[in-house]
Amino acid sequence: MYQHLKPAILMLLVWTLLTGTVYPTAVTSLAYLLFPEQSEGSLLLGPDGAPSGSRLIGQPFSDPKYFWGRPSATAPYPYNAAASSGSNLGPRNPALVQAVSARIAALRATDTGNSASIPVDLVTASGSGLDPHISPAAAAYQVPRVAKQRGLPVAALQEFVERYVESRQFGILGEARVNVVELNLALDRSTSLKPVR
Amino acid sequence: MTANSVLQITVYVLVLLACAKPLGGYMARIYEDRPAGLNRWLAPVERLIYRLCSVNPAVEMRWTDYTVALLLFNLLGLLALFALQRLQGVLPLNPQHLPGISPDSAFNTAVSFATNTNWQGYGGEITMSYLTQMLGLTVQNFVSAATGMAALVALTRGFARRNADTIGNFWVDLTRGTLYILLPLATALALVLVSQGVVQTFSPYRTVALTQPVTYEQAKLGDDGQTLEDAAGNPVTETVAVREQTLAVGPAASQIAIKQLGTNGGGFFNVNSAHPFENPTPLSNFLEMLAILLIPAALCHTFGVLIGDTRQGWAILAAMTVVFVTLIVVIVPLEQAGNPALSALGVDQQPQASQPGGNMEGKETRFGITNSALWALATTAASNGSVNAMHDSFTPLGGMIPMWLMQLGEVIYGGVGSGLYGMIVFAIVAVFVAGLMIGRTPEYLGKKIEAYEVKMASLVILIPPFVVLVGTAVAVMVDVGKASVANAGAHGFSEILYAFSSAGNNNGSAFAGLSANTPFYNTALGLAMLFARYWLAVPTLAIAGALAAKKVVPFGPGSLPTHTPLFVVLLIGTVLIVGALAFLPVLALGPVVEHLQLFGAH
Repeated sequence: MYQHLKPAILMLLVWTLLTGTVYPTAVTSLAYLLFPEQSEGSLLLGPDGAPSGSRLIGQPFSDPKYFWGRPSATAPYPYNAAASSGSNLGPRNPALVQAVSARIAALRATDTGNSASIPVDLVTASGSGLDPHISPAAAAYQVPRVAKQRGLPVAALQEFVERYVESRQFGILGEARVNVVELNLALDRSTSLKPVR
Repeated sequence: MTANSVLQITVYVLVLLACAKPLGGYMARIYEDRPAGLNRWLAPVERLIYRLCSVNPAVEMRWTDYTVALLLFNLLGLLALFALQRLQGVLPLNPQHLPGISPDSAFNTAVSFATNTNWQGYGGEITMSYLTQMLGLTVQNFVSAATGMAALVALTRGFARRNADTIGNFWVDLTRGTLYILLPLATALALVLVSQGVVQTFSPYRTVALTQPVTYEQAKLGDDGQTLEDAAGNPVTETVAVREQTLAVGPAASQIAIKQLGTNGGGFFNVNSAHPFENPTPLSNFLEMLAILLIPAALCHTFGVLIGDTRQGWAILAAMTVVFVTLIVVIVPLEQAGNPALSALGVDQQPQASQPGGNMEGKETRFGITNSALWALATTAASNGSVNAMHDSFTPLGGMIPMWLMQLGEVIYGGVGSGLYGMIVFAIVAVFVAGLMIGRTPEYLGKKIEAYEVKMASLVILIPPFVVLVGTAVAVMVDVGKASVANAGAHGFSEILYAFSSAGNNNGSAFAGLSANTPFYNTALGLAMLFARYWLAVPTLAIAGALAAKKVVPFGPGSLPTHTPLFVVLLIGTVLIVGALAFLPVLALGPVVEHLQLFGAH
C-alpha cells in the first residue's frame, strides 16, 4: 500500500500541473491568438466603441417597439447573465400554465388586432434564461406590433426581419432562428426603414 | 418526426460510428505501446513523467496492487479538490472574490468529480473561482476519465492473457490515456469550440449597457436584514432599475472540451451546455454531442483489437447502438408533440420550418426539439450528464427515457471505460444465462466463466439499483428529502428518483428543479456516487485478475459464439430485463402517473 503512496502523490501533482495549468493556459493563449473576439465573449460594439451587449447573450425586451425574446427564468430579473437558469417547471405544474397565460395576455394586450396563434417559443422560458434567439415564426408574429409602434410599413419591416433570419447551419444542423439583440439594435440604428407618412 | 429530425439524427449516428474504427484502433496502439505517431513524438514527456513520479513502467501489477493504486490516486484527488474548494476564498485567480465552499457541498463536488459523475450541486459562475475550475475540476475531468479507461484496459488484459498473474501498470495506463488520448482531443475540440463563440479568457466578468433598461420589484429589507412588512402584513417591495448586464465569462472552452470527451459533464456555467457561452451554435452542439459518445463507442473497437478478435467489439457496439437508436425514435416525437396543457391555451406547438414547435419550455431556440432530445439521450446513454436543455421540463415520458437509460447501469456506451467494462460484465451474465439454458459451462472470449466471476458480475449489476432504490426510498420518507422538491405530485417524486438514478450510476445530469445543494442531498448523493463508482470498479478488477490467471479454452462445438446477431439480442435482452425488472414499478409511480394525469386532463 505505502509503495503506491509516493507515485500517487507525485502523479496527482504532475497531472495538476499539466491538465490544470499548462492545458488551460495553452488553450487560452491559442484562443486569444486565433479567435480574439469569440474568446472574450463575442461583444457587440456600439457607435461609440463601448460594448452594447454580446451577440450570444439575450437581453430583456418588454417595450412594444422592440421585438421580444424568449421569456427568461433567471433571478432576480430576466436575462441576468451572471446567473444563468431555466425555470425547471414540470409540464403539469400550475405555475407553468399561469406563466404562459400571463405572457399570452401581455402579447395580446400590446397587439390588439392580432389573433394569430402564438408560436410556442415566444411564451416558454429558455433553458439558459439567456437565449438570444427566437424562431422566425415568433419574429413574424411580432412584425405587425413593432411596425405599428414605430410607424413603419408592415411589408418593409417584414423584409428587414427576413434579412436577420439565420438558417440551419450547413442547411442541416439546429433550427432556423432570429437574433433578437442584433435585430433590435439594427432596428434602432436603421436609416433605410422610413416611417409611413 | 420531421424530415429534418431524421436527417440530423442519421448524420449524428453515422459520424459517430465512422469515428469508432480509426479512433478505436489508435487507442489500442496507445495502450499496447505500438507506434501511433503521438506516442513517439511525446515519448520523452512520458518518460519524464515516470521519472518525476518514481514509476518504473516495466513493472506490472497484480489486480490487487492495480486496485490499490487506482483507489489511492482517486482518494488523493478527492481530498485535494475538497481542500481547494474550502480554501478558494484566500487563493489567487478569483476575480469575483467568491468565498470558500461549505463542507457538505465541497464533499459532494469532490466526490462527484473524482468519480467521473460530475453532478453539480452548485451553480458554476456564482460558486467556483477560476482557480478551482482549472486546478480542481478540469484536472479531475481528465484523470477520472483516464481512470475509467485504465480499468477497462486492465479488464481487457484479463481476457487477452493466459496463466498470468498481472494485469498491467496503473500509472502507465493513466499516463498514456491522458497524454495521448484525452489531452490532444480536448485541445483540438476546445479551439474549435472557441471559433464558434465559447469563451476562453482569464478576464473578469464584463459589464455591458442594456439596450432597454428593465425594472423589477424586490423585497425591501430593514436595518436588521429582515423583510419589511406593511400594516396589512404584506412584504414591502421597492422597484430596482437594471441598466447594465454582467456577462459571466472565464476559461470555459478548455473545461467544456474535456467534460464532454471524458463523459464528465460538469459545466462551467449553471445551465451547462444550454448556456450560449458554453454551446453557442448548432455546430458546437453537434461536436459537443459527438464528443459525449466518441470515446465510449470507439473503445468497443479498441477492446476488439486488444483481445485479438475485432468482431467481439463490433457485436458489443451493435448492441449499444440498437438500444440507443430505438430510444431516439421514441423520445423525439414525444417532445415534438408538445405539452397538452399549453395547446389548451391556444399556443402553436406544430413543428415546421419556421419554428421548432413542441415542448419548448427549458429548451434553446438554436437547438430546438431534435437536438435537445438527442442530447438528452446521448448524455444519459453515456454517463456524461451535461445538458443542453432542462430535463425537468421535458414531457413525462420524454423525461422518463433518459432516466431509464441511466438506470440500465450506464452501459449503452456508458462512461469512458466504465461503460464498456459494465457492458462486458453484462456479457458475462448473458453467457452464464445462456449456459444455464443449454446446460454447458459458460465461456466468454476463451475464458471459462465460473462461480467467482458470476458473483463479482452480480455485484456490479445489483449495486446500482440497490443504491438508487434505497436512496430514493429514504429521501421520500424524510422531510429534508421532500422539502427540496420543486414540482408537486408525481413529478416531484420523479425529481428525487432522477437524482438518485443519476448519482447511483455516475451520470450527473439532473431534474434541476430539485434543490440538491442541502446537507442531506449533498451527503446522500455523495455516498451514492462513491458506492456506484468504486464498488463496481473493484469487482471488475477482481474479474480481470481471475480471468488473467486462467488458461484459454479452445473454441469447440459446445461454445456459444459471442459475435453473432443472436448474441447481440441475448446481450440486449439481459440489459433490458435487469433494467426493466428493477425499475418499472418505481417508474410507474413517477413519470407514468404524471403522463396519465397530464393527458387525462386534456
